[in-house]
Amino acid sequence: MASTTLYSQRDPMLKKRDDFEDILEERRNSSDLKYAVRCYAPVLYKGLTPCKANMLKSMVLQSDHLRYVINQLQQAIQEHPVVLLPSHRSYMDFLLMSYILYTYDLALPVIAAGMDFMGMKFIGEMLRMSGAFFIRRSFGGDKLYWAVFSEYVKTMLRNGFAPIEFFLEGTRSRTCKSLTPKIGLLNIVMEPFFKGEVFDVHLVPISISYERILEESLYARELLGVPKPKESTSGLLKARRILSENYGSIHVYFGQPVSIRSLAQDKVNRCKYNLVPRHIPRKPTKETQSFVTDTAYRIVRLQEDSMVLKPWVLMASILLQNLEGLELSLLTEQTLWLRGLAQSCGAFLDWPDHTPSAKVVSSSLALHRGLVCVSGGRVSLVLGEPQGLVTPEEALFNRAVSVLSCASYRNQILHVFIRPAILAVAIHNAASSKKDEVFNCFSFLCKMFSDEFILCPGDTVQDFEEACYLLVKSGSVQTLQQNIVVTDRGQSTLSFLNGLLESFLQGYQVVCQYFCEEACDSLTEKQYIPAVRSFAVKLILAGNLRCYEVLSSDMQKNALAALLRLGAVSKVKVADQVTLKVNKLAVNSLEDTLGGRLPTQKAVLARL
Amino acid sequence: LTWQEIMKWNGWGYSDSKFLFNKKGQAEFTGKRYRLSGMILPSLQDWFENTFGASVKQHKSPPSLNAGALPPANLNEAFLQDLTATGIPFSHEADDRVFRAHGHCLHEIFALREGRGFQRVPDMVTWPNCHNDVVKIVELACKHNVCVIPYGGGTSVTGALECPPEEMRCIVSLDTSQMNRILWIDEKNLVARIEAGIIGQDLERLLNEGGYCTGHEPDSMEFSSLGGWVATRASGMKKNVYGNIEDLVVHIKVVTPRGVMEKSCQGPRMSTGPDVHHFILGSEGTLGVVTEVTMKIRPIPEYRKYGSVVFPNFEAGVACLREVAKQRCAPASIRLMDNEQFQFGHALKPQVSSIFTSFVEGLKKFYITKFKGFDPHQLCVATLLFEGDRERVLQHEKQVYDIAAKFGGLAAGEDNGQRGYILTFVIAYLRDLGLDYYVVAESFETSVPWDRVLDLCRNVKERIIRECKERGVQFQPLTSCRVTQTYDAGACVYFYFAFNYRGLADPVHTYEQVEHAARDEILANGGSLSHHHGVGKLRKEWMKESISDVGLGMLRSVKEYVDPDNIFGNRNLL
Repeated sequence: MASTTLYSQRDPMLKKRDDFEDILEERRNSSDLKYAVRCYAPVLYKGLTPCKANMLKSMVLQSDHLRYVINQLQQAIQEHPVVLLPSHRSYMDFLLMSYILYTYDLALPVIAAGMDFMGMKFIGEMLRMSGAFFIRRSFGGDKLYWAVFSEYVKTMLRNGFAPIEFFLEGTRSRTCKSLTPKIGLLNIVMEPFFKGEVFDVHLVPISISYERILEESLYARELLGVPKPKESTSGLLKARRILSENYGSIHVYFGQPVSIRSLAQDKVNRCKYNLVPRHIPRKPTKETQSFVTDTAYRIVRLQEDSMVLKPWVLMASILLQNLEGLELSLLTEQTLWLRGLAQSCGAFLDWPDHTPSAKVVSSSLALHRGLVCVSGGRVSLVLGEPQGLVTPEEALFNRAVSVLSCASYRNQILHVFIRPAILAVAIHNAASSKKDEVFNCFSFLCKMFSDEFILCPGDTVQDFEEACYLLVKSGSVQTLQQNIVVTDRGQSTLSFLNGLLESFLQGYQVVCQYFCEEACDSLTEKQYIPAVRSFAVKLILAGNLRCYEVLSSDMQKNALAALLRLGAVSKVKVADQVTLKVNKLAVNSLEDTLGGRLPTQKAVLARL
Repeated sequence: LTWQEIMKWNGWGYSDSKFLFNKKGQAEFTGKRYRLSGMILPSLQDWFENTFGASVKQHKSPPSLNAGALPPANLNEAFLQDLTATGIPFSHEADDRVFRAHGHCLHEIFALREGRGFQRVPDMVTWPNCHNDVVKIVELACKHNVCVIPYGGGTSVTGALECPPEEMRCIVSLDTSQMNRILWIDEKNLVARIEAGIIGQDLERLLNEGGYCTGHEPDSMEFSSLGGWVATRASGMKKNVYGNIEDLVVHIKVVTPRGVMEKSCQGPRMSTGPDVHHFILGSEGTLGVVTEVTMKIRPIPEYRKYGSVVFPNFEAGVACLREVAKQRCAPASIRLMDNEQFQFGHALKPQVSSIFTSFVEGLKKFYITKFKGFDPHQLCVATLLFEGDRERVLQHEKQVYDIAAKFGGLAAGEDNGQRGYILTFVIAYLRDLGLDYYVVAESFETSVPWDRVLDLCRNVKERIIRECKERGVQFQPLTSCRVTQTYDAGACVYFYFAFNYRGLADPVHTYEQVEHAARDEILANGGSLSHHHGVGKLRKEWMKESISDVGLGMLRSVKEYVDPDNIFGNRNLL
């Protein structure tokens, strides 16, 4: 296995997985998060006895594969400027990256971090000393800020002082689902190559997967509208209590460095940059823009593909489709079934070999006992403490927290199933089994969900073929002439896949419904999220809706982005307020199409 | 017709001059024509073996000319009859035809040395003696629809002299070598009327006799002709004082299928629409034959002095040249060689006769590397040539050295400078030596704005190394560059590139792919398609991208008007 489990806390289950982890056993005993934080700050390097680092290194380097990966990275750093692109799920990502690179004697990166981290006393300083520089979350109009910032990054690259590290997703993903990439920074790091200032730039996709995320319930609350606490050191110190819990292991996977030069070959005409002095900033051409976007998606997909998935992720997916709970034995059986399906779709699954599956399931349940409870052989989600005096809203809120927390695990496996799942929905919704009709439906769904999932714009045909291939391979569908037919064996697979997207389909429909029924003309952008939330709460309390995920502000934002993109809703600037103008007819037809009540018509798409 | 007899038919330059490894394994340069001639070059072997991973034991001698393998002459009898009537000499002997079938591109020389020859060669050669002869030949060619390819010195490195294989008509090579007189010298205006077939070194020699020079000294001046310079927009090493060919030419007479084109006066500048001379300058033999040229001449400078400067690295050297250009105080010639070329130059140092010289050399080396801390694998050298009256040269020299000092440059003596310029002439002979030992080599050039010089040099070298690796070249290639000309807004960069081709099935093809990639890289880094070599057939494919559709259309429409039947059918440029 190509993962490097560098840091894993006191989990007896994981001790004997393979040689490589046993080698780290010693280290694990003597290390904790505090240690990681301490030794990663450069000022404190001197305090460390060098032999410790060496010892660790020589021990870990006994793994040939690891040595190979690290060598490759080392070589890439020496040859060309390197940009490290880790996935972003937790605050820990910064610390981990620097810790690992330091441990392996690689050049420490300079990190583009959000401005909010700077506000943290001491930690902000520490981040800065270790090479982080802070950027404002948004600097739309500020040309000077942009100029200074991009020049700084480019100088770093050109001179090859240190690798650059930033997060393509822009911010931590609260849902554990990869966010659609932001291309601003990627544009900046590619420019020196386009302008010939460096021979090549290498992008290194890095996947950091957590068995349990520190911020787990924090994220769920945030998504439900509890404001995010301001990053502060005292907050971090208070959070130490959390650290005493068991969080399982963290996997860091360094992907193959990707050379921009070879990606850009025949795609970007660098001569375009010849006619204007290179220091004058210019808007990238369409061609360049689409190349950068394409690359960004490609990298995020590489990150996704190398995310290590734990058995719990499979279980969470099943539990979410059975909110009322299910028998432990049934859960075990279904988890095993899903494991097979996931593997046939190419999931990077970390399933402990030589361990009875019942034990795997029970240890996963133990690790996540904050989310699930087992009573009387039945497994169900924890629904918050039923303390006497709770209003229905509060009960709903508690329930939603555990559903969203659980969803954050299911979301980790979505990238594996997303294409087949969309196809499954398309087959279900399409008026007939004709291939082109299914495709129409498929491409409609891709358009609808392109803010929700990583679906590279322009790759729809490819995605469709990939989905068909995977479902045919698993024996779930057959393609007969121009028809796509579900086999008997495939029913369960397709219904699982349908179920996977059910909450998204419902969620988007609720948002559409809100726009049709409730939204007034003067709805501002700011009012949108609370308004949709209370609309959904009403529906749930009235018993008309069972989907809790629609309460997630992430889904609400994505749905709005989709409606805006498809032109069903438009932004109008009135005075200094941005209001949303709704085309009810269009929203209505989108809602019906999503629900499968209206066939995907070419006309509808064309109008959209 | 004696020229052909003293020249190699399958390599560069004079038959009697060449590099070889003698029985003791030492390199020497034969003949008597150059300052290096007859000398032993003790360190060349080591350099050669270490740089290319080649061995002097693996010698490969080229076969002799096989006349039988030549395609038979496709003669146009009617044309032949009319031409005979004019009395202009012609020939269809095999060796005359092969000699004019090629320039000096690697693939051309390689084909000759492998005894493969060419798919298509001229069917006959004719030697007009004057402008009127050319008029007659072109008239006859039009009358009988014969293809004419003008031939001057034969030093093209763009495939410009190759005959298009698809050409079915009789191809006549029009050799201008007999039109080699200076018709008159006008000392009042300092211009001379010269027939276009004259070879550079003859022109300089003849003018020198009268106390004049043109100052136009391209590296090929021993063999290239005035007409060729005009047809390719040539550049001379001393252009900083005298200008490039387009600055030197005052009047051009050219014979085209439409008739003769020339201006009616010799005014120094005219505002009469676009300059028609510029249709001819760089036309690469596609429009007609240049027969006579009025050219500026200058009195021979009173004093000439070489010089050289060592810089700690190439970056510093480029910064210095940029400053020199900015202050517009460039000497007649200033060239910056990179480290690879500096080491190569060292390898060509002749055996020193006295212990004293070698002691001084050692001392110098100690001073530069140990005392001044220059890294011998980083340092690079600029060579300088000053010309003018003595006092001004000395003043000028001081100015340039002062600028160099600001960039960490150390004056490194006249000798090193002079050797640099001698090497220019013998370096072309070295490719033949390389080919004897399975090493292919070529040079190419570009011009580029100042701010991109360093990036371009680094990226092109890196690209070459990478492409070679990808194509299975076993030993890392030699890539080297030098900045050879400075301009107000940029510089001319010249690249050398060579590799050991043992183990490759088709070395020429590999070589061409790498050169192609290198040119792509140059264009992507803001370099031009060519500074002075021209386009020929080698770089035609990039013309559209280089000068835009409309630009290309303009050139095409001129060709269509001047030569509707494509009599000058070498198919260069467009």
